[in-house]
Amino acid sequence: MSVIEETYDVCVVGAGHAGCEAALACARMGLETIIFTVSVDSIAMMPCNPNIGGSSKGHLVREIDALGGQMGINIDKTFIQSKMLNKSKGPAVHSLRAQADKASYSMEMRKTLQSTEHLTIRQAEVSEIITEDNKIAGIKTFSGAIYHSKAVVLCTGTYLRARCLYGDVINYTGPNGLQPANHLTDSLKAHGVEMFRFKTGTPARMDKNSIDFSKMTEQTGDERVVPFSFTTDPESVQIEQASCWLTYTNPKTHEIIRANLDRSPIYAGVIEGTGPRYCPSIEDKVVKFADKERHQVFLEPEGLNTNEMYVGGMSSSLPEDVQYEMYHTVPGLEHAKIVRNAYAIEYDCINPNQLLPTLEFKNIKGLFSGGQFNGSSGYEEAAAQGIVAGINAALYVKEKEQLVLHRSESYIGVLIDDLVTKENHEPYRMMTSRAEYRLLLRQDNADLRLSKYGYQVGLISQERYDWVVKKEKLIQDEINRVESVTIGAKENVQKLLEEYGSTPLNTGTRLTELIRRPELDYEKLAPIDEDRPELPEEVQEQVNINIKYDGYIKRQIKQVEHFKKLENKKIPDDFDYDAVDSLRIEARQKLKLYRPVSIGQASRISGVSPADITMLLVYMEQIKK
Amino acid sequence: MKTETIAAIASAMTNSGIGIIRISGEDAFDVIDKIYRPQKGNKLLSQCKSHTIHYGHIYDEDEIIDEVMVLLMRAPNSYTREDTVEIDCHGGTLVMRRILEVVLKNGARPAEPGEFTKRAFLNGRIDLSQAESVMDVISSKNDFALKSSMQQLNGALTGKIKEIRGKIIHEIAFIESALDDPEHISIDGYGENLLIIIEKLMQKMNQMIASSENGSLLKEGINTVIVGKPNAGKSSLLNALVGRERAIVTDIAGTTRDVLEEQINLNGITLNIMDTAGIRSTEDVVEKIGVDKALSLVDKADFIIYVVDTSTALDENDEKIIDAIREKKAIILLNKSDLIQVTGEDEIKEKLSGADHKMIAISAKENLGIDVLEETITEMFFHGTISFNDEVYITNIRHKNALIQAVESLKLVKQSVENGMPEDFYSIDLMNAYEELGTIIGEAVEDDLVNEIFSKFCMGK
Repeated sequence: MSVIEETYDVCVVGAGHAGCEAALACARMGLETIIFTVSVDSIAMMPCNPNIGGSSKGHLVREIDALGGQMGINIDKTFIQSKMLNKSKGPAVHSLRAQADKASYSMEMRKTLQSTEHLTIRQAEVSEIITEDNKIAGIKTFSGAIYHSKAVVLCTGTYLRARCLYGDVINYTGPNGLQPANHLTDSLKAHGVEMFRFKTGTPARMDKNSIDFSKMTEQTGDERVVPFSFTTDPESVQIEQASCWLTYTNPKTHEIIRANLDRSPIYAGVIEGTGPRYCPSIEDKVVKFADKERHQVFLEPEGLNTNEMYVGGMSSSLPEDVQYEMYHTVPGLEHAKIVRNAYAIEYDCINPNQLLPTLEFKNIKGLFSGGQFNGSSGYEEAAAQGIVAGINAALYVKEKEQLVLHRSESYIGVLIDDLVTKENHEPYRMMTSRAEYRLLLRQDNADLRLSKYGYQVGLISQERYDWVVKKEKLIQDEINRVESVTIGAKENVQKLLEEYGSTPLNTGTRLTELIRRPELDYEKLAPIDEDRPELPEEVQEQVNINIKYDGYIKRQIKQVEHFKKLENKKIPDDFDYDAVDSLRIEARQKLKLYRPVSIGQASRISGVSPADITMLLVYMEQIKK
Repeated sequence: MKTETIAAIASAMTNSGIGIIRISGEDAFDVIDKIYRPQKGNKLLSQCKSHTIHYGHIYDEDEIIDEVMVLLMRAPNSYTREDTVEIDCHGGTLVMRRILEVVLKNGARPAEPGEFTKRAFLNGRIDLSQAESVMDVISSKNDFALKSSMQQLNGALTGKIKEIRGKIIHEIAFIESALDDPEHISIDGYGENLLIIIEKLMQKMNQMIASSENGSLLKEGINTVIVGKPNAGKSSLLNALVGRERAIVTDIAGTTRDVLEEQINLNGITLNIMDTAGIRSTEDVVEKIGVDKALSLVDKADFIIYVVDTSTALDENDEKIIDAIREKKAIILLNKSDLIQVTGEDEIKEKLSGADHKMIAISAKENLGIDVLEETITEMFFHGTISFNDEVYITNIRHKNALIQAVESLKLVKQSVENGMPEDFYSIDLMNAYEELGTIIGEAVEDDLVNEIFSKFCMGK
């Protein structure tokens, strides 16, 4: 019997949000790349919520874009509503979120993949990884075909030994009834990979025609839409937008849920996987916030060509009959017809502590992974890891230095560092609170932070990079100019201040002082800033933020400098933790297990105390002498 | 890594009842086996159980040095977490030195200052703030400083800092979770709440900082100058305070020529008293040096005791002194209350022109009013409010600076709230305060801290 044998530089397993970014990165970096999926019709499918971005996830999308990824461009082409969230808060937590037309999103990404040079799409279930001397050599499909490659990127999402559950119904499928991948897990285990079992869930979809929107509050998009991608022309995204709708659960809803908790596969103990605390099912919310009389429910369109509405906030794995009863208590959904049931999905993923911060396996050279396979949740988290895993797989093949993004420069860095360093017992979701230097990691400056990396690895064009460099200079020049401007207590000045309810001037005042007043900003003061040059909107925005929050930014930069000190103290690969007598046993075990690359990373491992770190530092200092 | 075995005299190097020589390290038992012979039998101490005490003699080869009790502590159940031997010997400095010499001859090396503590720290026996406290204990000069060091050693400081940090992290956590889950956690009106909490925390921290003023004075002693015109009774006063004839007391003006320094202890406060050669105009060269020194000392002193001879009229010397002490912390002693009074309280008050210095009538020679003086001094420095038990005194400059930084950060939080900044800005400075406090108790990883440790414990090699 003869088998198919082909050779590529990189194999990417899975064509979801992580797989697409990984494959595109590799192919665009010039490597012959093949991407496997169990269903070509499901490339970049959005099996859960119909939106991209949101609090802190919007940051991730902009960072992916700054690195040269596709997600931002793809959503800019296929969104049907867009909103900048948290506008009443500081610029650090402003976050973009767009409703997607799911079918278009998927199709648009498929078109991009199809038209990318060096990229081959293949429908097949990958069942084995092939290694030689702890080094990846390729993969094998369930049909027996062998694909040799120097690097493999695993992005299997929620498909490994997947099963979907609600009540006592169990379907052994991936999301949306798609074929699961039941064999790869065994191969990975045979290679010594430690697996976890996680679960997540999705709410029901309702028929739009059966919903009474008059009982709900309309949620419209922003008047002026900001695109995700730094390459998208802002004018091109000013489209007619669809609406979402807000309604609430009530005590009746909660009563039904409580009465039927024992029929939930989670509470009944049927589900073994751990679910995300930060993306809880409605059952979880009712239990956790027992005193809340209502929870928000958002009805979101799944696209322009479908009747289906996503019931945001009410994911569930309760039995079908309870779902009917429960959803029908919600104002506006009294007579709603369910198109698809809510369900929970269980799947295999890895313990990500087996990965380096490059997303390469510590014990299998050339094997990289990204997305839900690494224990995260969410499209954006997946895509963010996908692009990094892809870039590093390509750099590995090219025998170039790997790319590690740090916590102090990106949300992606925070995401990956958390995954590979902290104990992770549930699907990891990005949140603003996880980024300790978030005032510096704003969504508005992702291009300034990360374009250099995208450029270095070859995912960002010279032209695009030149603009970023120029933009940086324009910003700095304008800040310098503004800092030297003094505004006199002239009549037009007083009038303008009065207009904004700001205290009039007694004497000449620095322009920067005025910009820092809460009720004023850079733009508002334009009329009294006579020598102001004409600058692009994005430059003005940076000038304003940098001046307005100068003190905070400086303090945060100090924190980062402190952070970097420990981050730059590298721990050698072969460091012998047993030689450090004074380490506590638990810390010693953890350090040996995680093998952190730096003192900084070591300090974030749970179970390693500051005292242990001090001991490490003292020891390293001593052997240096 | 094999650790060297170290030894030192652990008790005070004065002639006293009992002396202690401590040996710590892997060879501690080998060393003691070589130099100790039991009173009865011939069992080696290295064969004996931990935490037992043994009676016998220390030998230098065949020569008996001293009759001793030896205490054995095996690792990790000792202060350093290493094998430790303590030799209780007779307290003469000569004997202690001889025993130490024998110990050193037989395999130990002399411990560096604080090295036992360094090992306790490195071996995880104590945390950094406790280690620092031990250093303070070693260098503290009086009971009070000792007491506050001991409190830190027991973790009183750690407890207090932990409590404050706990409150700060609670607020950070609240802000962050409200940002992450605005649907379920409302942050409306939170700024006002936070202000109240911050105010309270700052108050606590400021109290701790204020205590450091006392703290550092306490550890170092208060530089005190006794001034007064010649023959006003300064030396007699000093003698009365010291309780023994240190300064020469005569009736001839100018006989107290050199600046004498003496430490005395009043209810736990150390006074570094500098007797002066008197303040007066003189042509005598030797005398002049003393006078110049005295004048300069008045400026440098933390505290001045001005002795007035009430049996004579105020002269130009007194006026000079009064001018010099007007703005200083001082107490005025109306000496020679046992003689006929020529100068009274009112005349001095008038010259002081408003300065509110306490005045006490004493007779240094007859030892009258000295206890009132002691009480008054104690009270002046503690404002009569210091309690020796439940307050934590900051006596370490690093701790103090960290507290000051933390308070500064909280002030910035306050500013943010008052300026109406969005809540997500609060956490930057809250976190700074939290981290600063963490450096005090070693709960924040500080690279600089390690350098600090190295300098403090003379590490390296």
